[in-house]
Amino acid sequence: MRIVLHIWRQANAAAAGRMVRYELPNVNTHMSFLEMLDILNEDLIGRGEDPVAFDHDCREGICGMCGCMVNGVAHGPLPGTTLCQLHMRHFKDGDELYLEPWRARAFPVVKDLVVDRSAFDRLIAAGGFISVATGSAPDGNAILVPKENADRSMDAAACIGCGACVAMCPNASASLFMGAKLAHLGLLPQGQPERDRRVMAMEAQANRELFGSCTNIGECEAVCPKDIKLEVIARMNRDFLHANWIGRGGLKGD
Amino acid sequence: MPLDSKSPGGPIETRWDRHRFSLKLVNPANKRKHTIIVVGTGLAGGSAAATLAELGYQVKCFCFQDSPRRAHSIAAQGGINAAKNYHNDGDSVYRLFYDTVKGGDFRSRESNVYRLAQISLNIIDQCVAQGVPFAREYSGYLDNRSFGGAQVSRTFYARGQTGQQLLLGAYQALERQIGAGAVEMYPRTEMLDLIVVDGRARGIVTRNLLTGKVESHLADAVVLGTGGYGNVYYLSTNAKGSNATAIWRAHKRGALFANPCFTQIHPTCIPVSGDYQSKLTLMSESLRNDGRVWVPKKKGDARKPGEIPKEDRDYYLERRYPSFGNLVPRDVASRNAKMVCDEGRGVGETGLAVYLDFHDAIQRLGKPVIVERYGNLFDMYERITGEDPYQAPMRIFPAIHYTMGGLWVDYNLMSNLPGLYVIGEANFSDHGANRLGASALMQGLADGYFVLPNTINDYIASTKVEKMDAGHPAVKEAEQQVNCVTRRLLEAKGTRTVDSYHRELGKLMWEYCGMSRTATGLKHALEEIPAMREQFWRDVKVLGTGEELNQSLEKAGRVADFFELAELMCLDALERNESCGGHFREEYQTPDGEAARNDDRFSYVAAWEFRGVGNPPGLQQEPLAFEYVHPAQRSYK
Amino acid sequence: MQYRRKQDIHMSAVAINPLNRAVRFYEAPIGKKAVMAVTGVMLVGYVIGHLLGNLQIYSSDPQQINRYAAFLHNPSNALALWGVRLILLAAVVLHIVSSVQLWQQNREARPLRYYKKADVPTSYAARTMLWSGPIVAAFVIFHVLHLTTGSILPLHDIGPNMPDVRYNVVSGFQNYWVSGFYIFAMILLCMHLYHGLWSMFQSVGISHPRYTSKLKKGAAIVAILIAIGNCSIPIAVMAGLVTY
Repeated sequence: MRIVLHIWRQANAAAAGRMVRYELPNVNTHMSFLEMLDILNEDLIGRGEDPVAFDHDCREGICGMCGCMVNGVAHGPLPGTTLCQLHMRHFKDGDELYLEPWRARAFPVVKDLVVDRSAFDRLIAAGGFISVATGSAPDGNAILVPKENADRSMDAAACIGCGACVAMCPNASASLFMGAKLAHLGLLPQGQPERDRRVMAMEAQANRELFGSCTNIGECEAVCPKDIKLEVIARMNRDFLHANWIGRGGLKGD
Repeated sequence: MPLDSKSPGGPIETRWDRHRFSLKLVNPANKRKHTIIVVGTGLAGGSAAATLAELGYQVKCFCFQDSPRRAHSIAAQGGINAAKNYHNDGDSVYRLFYDTVKGGDFRSRESNVYRLAQISLNIIDQCVAQGVPFAREYSGYLDNRSFGGAQVSRTFYARGQTGQQLLLGAYQALERQIGAGAVEMYPRTEMLDLIVVDGRARGIVTRNLLTGKVESHLADAVVLGTGGYGNVYYLSTNAKGSNATAIWRAHKRGALFANPCFTQIHPTCIPVSGDYQSKLTLMSESLRNDGRVWVPKKKGDARKPGEIPKEDRDYYLERRYPSFGNLVPRDVASRNAKMVCDEGRGVGETGLAVYLDFHDAIQRLGKPVIVERYGNLFDMYERITGEDPYQAPMRIFPAIHYTMGGLWVDYNLMSNLPGLYVIGEANFSDHGANRLGASALMQGLADGYFVLPNTINDYIASTKVEKMDAGHPAVKEAEQQVNCVTRRLLEAKGTRTVDSYHRELGKLMWEYCGMSRTATGLKHALEEIPAMREQFWRDVKVLGTGEELNQSLEKAGRVADFFELAELMCLDALERNESCGGHFREEYQTPDGEAARNDDRFSYVAAWEFRGVGNPPGLQQEPLAFEYVHPAQRSYK
Repeated sequence: MQYRRKQDIHMSAVAINPLNRAVRFYEAPIGKKAVMAVTGVMLVGYVIGHLLGNLQIYSSDPQQINRYAAFLHNPSNALALWGVRLILLAAVVLHIVSSVQLWQQNREARPLRYYKKADVPTSYAARTMLWSGPIVAAFVIFHVLHLTTGSILPLHDIGPNMPDVRYNVVSGFQNYWVSGFYIFAMILLCMHLYHGLWSMFQSVGISHPRYTSKLKKGAAIVAILIAIGNCSIPIAVMAGLVTY
């Protein structure tokens, strides 16, 4: 089938970008979306043109490296699916697709569809962990975790850090990402001692990274390839309010 | 001279304890005066970097991805083994040790494997404390399942995303150290050479993938946790970026490469659908618990699977292995799939697939049970193939999944180059010739959290390394080497893309050095590869410059290394005149088609020394002694 | 791409007293959202109370609503009345100021817009808060000018501090333009409340997989009931069901 692509081309972080039109006359419906881009790139190299830079790695929907906006939707039209798992059979002959990088002040474009998501790493470095040095752990079964909590923690921990939530959010907010980490750790007994400190530190870091804030719209939830729910944001808000007004952990001492 | 593994002798149960006691320690106050480089941030590299920083070392950590959280350990689905015996089903450290040595087809080092089994206990504790959301029983206790044909329930899991969760644990520990300023993190940075001074590993040369800047980093020791080399086959379950460049360039600087021909094929992957295919997707092995594998009895049977009656189907695994049936180990299942496809009985458009049928299981257990057990896998299958596996049987085919071979290391995980440590899949590892399910995660974390941070102290404490700076001739030479390779790739200005060469190499390797190998085939490959490699260097087309984000250039460097590595793999496979584990030589099989080991001649680790591109490498042997688990023929009949 | 920072969040540096907590609270977007939620609750409470008062116009006793107005305007209640008015005014100001600050910050979080941006199926109300908010605010001003200060149409009084509410309402709503604007504003208020009501639970962290969908439904029902109640009055007047 024939697919027309309009792709954001930007030589580097400092350069101005623009949409460029490419036509692919022969796209196999069983191809994945990234395989289609591979074909385009092979073709571009053949013609001596600079191939389109895009991030990708595992191509099985778990590493979180790939992703771009497809017709204004992060990771494309199929819910619960990363771009690498999206296959061309979901498109029609003659479709025109607009591919743009994630856009947010906190995610500067590096080249074409590649953006710098190191802000996410800094959010985790600020507090998204449990401080346990190697070797100091008690037996695994010494810490009991109710199954429901373990399951809900896992739901949140499924986040792959792809950035689709930020990209899709009209406010470029990282709340879903942060909320997922806070819920993952906050639902487990191991995560309690640092719960207050964690939310305060991550919240402060998010502001330094110039992410927007949550206005409870829910576009993040709608495009999240791992179906992380908005509830994690409510949880974060609750944790923040608790830590700010009542909590002591992380507010005094050390 | 045989290689010295530095394994301690004596009773195996106390070897690690005694060895640890014999190792020198570094004064805590002195640790911060020492810098350690860690390359790779998967389970092994990530956990090592975090732990070394906790100990007080200055750590510089590198990964080629945009974040340390993306290393390919993340894709492991099934679980992680630990001999906790929480189920009172007869498990023990000794049994895990025994199973691993036997599963590795008696080509691993007993001391290492025993240590691995011991440490498996600590790993689970550590990961639970970090907040890894392992599956739980209603009581709140950890849940276990049996995996990969093991007869005890020792596999801990976090849904189908165990690798992801363990990696996030290590990543968060690492980020904590980065935040505390104890680790300097360099994402999107690729190691392109090892700096060796006076025979010691003293640093690495890197290229910043965004700016192209080539830089040198110096340290007291270098740790490689850069994963396996399965991508030499182009199509594999590895991530697209997974590569052998770090270990290969270390090999070219003198590190021995051990057992390169030991590769593992995973039997349940989604088959190739066309030439454009960029990678293969693995489906958890657990599918074989309820799915039945079959092909039509007749060659070229074009009927739809549902129209083929029972009597025309060949459930070949159940037929050949009545006691294990569909649950035979990975190597056996894979080889049998290839056999029936070679007979022309493969299914699907390409004829390179077999059916994995859940029809009977759905009838027996009802669809809801199947949905609960495998729902996410079925969804994944449907997403990729567009077919509904509840209606028609899945089509599966084996794919390259893991490489047991890697850089040779001693009991301390140090290579033959002093100061160069290799951990995780990158070393030749504890898995012998075949890895059991749920053991890769265990090994990566054992190396990174518990083994390396103990053994590296000894080297740091007992070695006086000279002060040196970036002006050192060895540094300049390595940098020049890197720049020279980059220039050559950019200046070839040929006609074919990097991917087209990689694909060609992969096809050749899969054909001749894949699931089953013959001397003739390997010799043929050994003639083809050098020619292909020369053509690559002459005719590759890499656009752009070296001073920008240039993904073709990155790939070109990696593929160039794959060409050289492929040759070594074929040579190793040719020299190993036996069949063992993942290495199956058609000439060496029992009358009923099973792998025939030759313990008299090949009970050794083949460690290869690099002697220049195109020159035959030198073989060094580390003899393997089996004091506890006595070699026997594996049988799954 | 290399990054190395000392962790710069040292809570210990901040002596924790209530003032510091309050400053930190308001500096954080989550804090501002909580302010919006709490002031939102107050305003919704007022809207409901106001509606209940208005509905007295349907009383079989035509003077009921005027008696109610006279009660509110009784000089002995002046202190309470102005107290409530000031609190409401403060709530309105805080609600608007925090929303403007958040809006500004959020706009800066994405300097370059998308060439093409789809709205995945989220509620229309959620995405239009920024429009429904100011229009409702404008309506409130209009409403005060209309029925409190009498700047739009002259107001009738029965006596001192005894406005003839029934007359003022009926005469006002007989004007189709006035009624039309009231109805339009009430529909927007309904949308604003639908998102806002659910949102305030989310903002103060009351949310759980088991009752999120119930909260959303509840918010919709309350918002629609308020809109129906408020719209019914101009409609009833225009239909001649409520007369002077």
